[in-house]
Amino acid sequence: MPLSRARLKDARGETHLFRVRALTGFALIVLAMLVLATRFFWLQVVQHNEYAARSTQNRVHLRRLPPPRGLIYDRNGVLLADNVPAFRLDVTPERVKNMDAMLKRLSMIIPLSDDDLKAFRRSLKQHRAFQSVPLKLRLNEDEIDRFAVNRWRFPGVEVVPYLSRHYPQGAMFAHVVGHVGRINPSELAHLNPDLYDGTTHIGKTGIERYYESRLHGVPGYEVVEVNADQRVQRVLQTHPPKPGESLYLTLDVRIQKAAYDALDGRAGAAVAIDPRNGQVLAMVSTPSFDPNLFVGGISSSDYAQLLHDPEKPLLDRAIRGGYPPGSTVKPFIGLGGLELGLRKPSDTVLSTGVFHIPGQARGYRDDQRYGAGRVDLVQAIEQSVNTYFYKLALDMGIDRFSAWMSKFGFGKPTGIDLPDESSGVLPSRQWKRIHRNQVWFPGETVIAGIGQGYWVVTPVQLASALSTLADGGVPHRPYLLDAVRRGIDGKRTPSPMPAPGKPIKHDTKDWDAVLQGMIGVVYGDKGTARGLGAGFPYVIAGKTGTAERYSRTTKAYEETTNTKVLARRHRALFEAFTPAEHPRIAVVVVLEHGAWGGSVAAPVARKILDAWLAEQKSRGTAPAPSTSTSAAEGTP
Amino acid sequence: MISALGMRMRRFGLRLWRPKRLDWPLLYALFVLACIGLLTLYSASDENMRLVISQALRFVLGGLMLLVVSRIPPRVLQAWTPWLYAFSTFLLLVVAIIGEGRGAYRWLDLGVVRFQPSELLKLTMPMMVAWYLHPRHHPPSWKHTLGVAVLIAIPVSLIAEQPDLGTALLVAAAGAFALFLAGMRWWRILALVALAALAAPVAWHFMHEYQRQRVLTMLNPESDPLGAGWHIIQSKIAVGSGGFFGKGWQHSTQSRLDFLPEHTTDFVFAVFGEEFGLFGVLLLLCLYLFIIGRCLWLAAEARETYSRLLAGAIGMSFFVYVIVNGGMITGLLPVVGVPLPLVSYGGTSAVTLLTGFGVVMSIHAHRKTHE
Repeated sequence: MPLSRARLKDARGETHLFRVRALTGFALIVLAMLVLATRFFWLQVVQHNEYAARSTQNRVHLRRLPPPRGLIYDRNGVLLADNVPAFRLDVTPERVKNMDAMLKRLSMIIPLSDDDLKAFRRSLKQHRAFQSVPLKLRLNEDEIDRFAVNRWRFPGVEVVPYLSRHYPQGAMFAHVVGHVGRINPSELAHLNPDLYDGTTHIGKTGIERYYESRLHGVPGYEVVEVNADQRVQRVLQTHPPKPGESLYLTLDVRIQKAAYDALDGRAGAAVAIDPRNGQVLAMVSTPSFDPNLFVGGISSSDYAQLLHDPEKPLLDRAIRGGYPPGSTVKPFIGLGGLELGLRKPSDTVLSTGVFHIPGQARGYRDDQRYGAGRVDLVQAIEQSVNTYFYKLALDMGIDRFSAWMSKFGFGKPTGIDLPDESSGVLPSRQWKRIHRNQVWFPGETVIAGIGQGYWVVTPVQLASALSTLADGGVPHRPYLLDAVRRGIDGKRTPSPMPAPGKPIKHDTKDWDAVLQGMIGVVYGDKGTARGLGAGFPYVIAGKTGTAERYSRTTKAYEETTNTKVLARRHRALFEAFTPAEHPRIAVVVVLEHGAWGGSVAAPVARKILDAWLAEQKSRGTAPAPSTSTSAAEGTP
Repeated sequence: MISALGMRMRRFGLRLWRPKRLDWPLLYALFVLACIGLLTLYSASDENMRLVISQALRFVLGGLMLLVVSRIPPRVLQAWTPWLYAFSTFLLLVVAIIGEGRGAYRWLDLGVVRFQPSELLKLTMPMMVAWYLHPRHHPPSWKHTLGVAVLIAIPVSLIAEQPDLGTALLVAAAGAFALFLAGMRWWRILALVALAALAAPVAWHFMHEYQRQRVLTMLNPESDPLGAGWHIIQSKIAVGSGGFFGKGWQHSTQSRLDFLPEHTTDFVFAVFGEEFGLFGVLLLLCLYLFIIGRCLWLAAEARETYSRLLAGAIGMSFFVYVIVNGGMITGLLPVVGVPLPLVSYGGTSAVTLLTGFGVVMSIHAHRKTHE
């Protein structure tokens, strides 16, 4: 370049150059701004819907509102299962940095049992990180206070109010009402998440489980606005949950209490049914347990204790306990003999103490060593004479025998509205072939005649059969649900009664004979439960049963009359209904260790009847006293 | 510098307020922008009046600086330029040795105020380049281009080392714009751009891990939506959900519920976009364009090469703020700490920016004296 041009600056040219550059620069800037504006257009117009949705998704969350569980009442409106406000400790895993360290620190403030921690870790796996998981249920005041002071140290841990199930009647209704417990993984897999999101507990046993779908209700939800920390800022909309239906059971708390107290913790069961319709008035299994233990999560030591108790308190004997019915089935068999035309009421049998099947050496014994002499049906029932029924059963043959008995519901579940009912065993050729793969022997027919052998009944099954007998042959499925109430202020609407089954065809005279026998049990001078009806305004018809747990072949049996020893191998049963002419209550009592049905089980039944009577009187629905009572009592 | 300013102040003190000497269109535009900024901050900070007032005080301080600096003739600035440049670069060195800050060494604690020397460079850098180029032939030769490159590289590398990529970028841009306005030849510009592209892998090598992460995140924010990608995703959601007319003032849910981080500072533009929509964004961009265009216009009116280059560079570097911040919040550019000028809260950028406009005003006010 020439020197002169380098030294002399061209002012005009520079100005021009600058203006061109400034203009070019501005044009480039405008271009860049246009690119930016296009980007804004892309985001704000073209993709607006997507981003608007994501913005809403960010801030608007649905929060499930679990429905309050329906309450359970007895027939008079006495609370059996309640919801009480309680507090629990919830953890949102997402907001806890170091779970182990946090739990360790927390356990210094609030005692956390191994069971709590185990349950917590299990449910951690079932929930997403942002969902809160209950750590400890039912905090006490002290724990709540201590946590409140230390709350700042535990981000992601919160005290949350909730409704906890409470069973004010405790052990008395533990089996029939059942209890709720924490939802476990296998249950969770089968639950509809739309209905159970936010719910921690589910019915595990009894009514709580059987009517789970009605008690549970429908969850509602809240539309809430949350901030970036997922903390709720405000509630935008509320769709309240639909509470579960409240149930009124057919049970009567006073009758139940009488039965529970009378059983007094001995291994056994009692069931009371209104024979007119199948309503279960009382249903007790003892020994029992406190169902409230299960609600907050039972500790493993408590659970182990219940599980390994030799008396099996967790077993619901009323529907799952299997017992040989013993002599309690004699009225049914006797009736069968009459109905099938094998006997007339006046036909007699000679009881000598031992019965032999013609041509066989084996003897089948009577209770009285040298027999009861010549007895007709009424006497046979009254004195529980085995020989009469040995012979009758043999005459019937096992096929007619089973067919007749199954009409009363033996050998099949009654269909009561409770889960896991046992079906018991009604001996039959077919049953033995299927279950034992053996042919039937006549000797087995003979012992079936006194309710022994393969025969297994549940207390509710026997009570149902007794009701059918008491109601003149009309079978009613026993049931517990009397009425329901929808909503808190809803009306109590009766639940539809199950339709009665096909009546058992009968001849009134035959049934009267059986009834006379059963009245004789209570009022006859040789009745096995004589004296039981003393002071009761109505005629009670009953039948004792003493079933053997072991075979009679051992020598010890022959020689021992010690009640204590007998108690270990006998099951004491008693069945009764009253008033005899128009029965309103049928009761079955089973005691696993009773020595004799008449002396041990019958008084329990009487206490139940007394409670029923008091209840009837208090309502003013007691029937007029039986005119025949005094006559029956007066009989020597 | 302080004493010189004091002397000038005394001389011009009586005539500090000479409205005819100010460029009113630019001043109006800045005033409107400041008002928009305060309104947006009021909403973005959840009606935090203390924060808004503190920002307003910055505007007042910046406005005073603007008025004062507009009284200083460009000749004086020109005379002091090398010293100011040297002084500010020296401060950068001091910060590099004894500075303090959160993770990054940017701040200098003077007992009363803490400030970032790098802010000074935003002004002294274009001043220095303009000073260097003004007696030289335009378009600048290779040699002079190289000289400018060295002048830019020294402070910029110090700032980038702090590390403060945003400011380094702004400072470098201010110097480069002066060079551009001086008429640097296009093919040389292209050659430099090509060279920069080739050097990118090398730069990648020298980048901090977090800086690399930011680039990767910008390219694919959804790869780590709760971590590094969170800022960009939430910012895009804020902007996108605004739609055409926006959710309305004080109705930004993204900011209010804290989904959008830094919603009063670097990401305030996203709040603006959410509340005022594309409509508001376009108006705001037009306002920025007007300010830039006005600065270039005023620069073109100046007769002195130094003044021209300086005013033009200041105007154009204003654009860098807008494009980098706008690009960042819309996910076009990686996350760099560049505020939205006169809207983002805090720092010294508002004061620096207004002081820069003071320089532009001064150049405008003194244009006739050089005829």
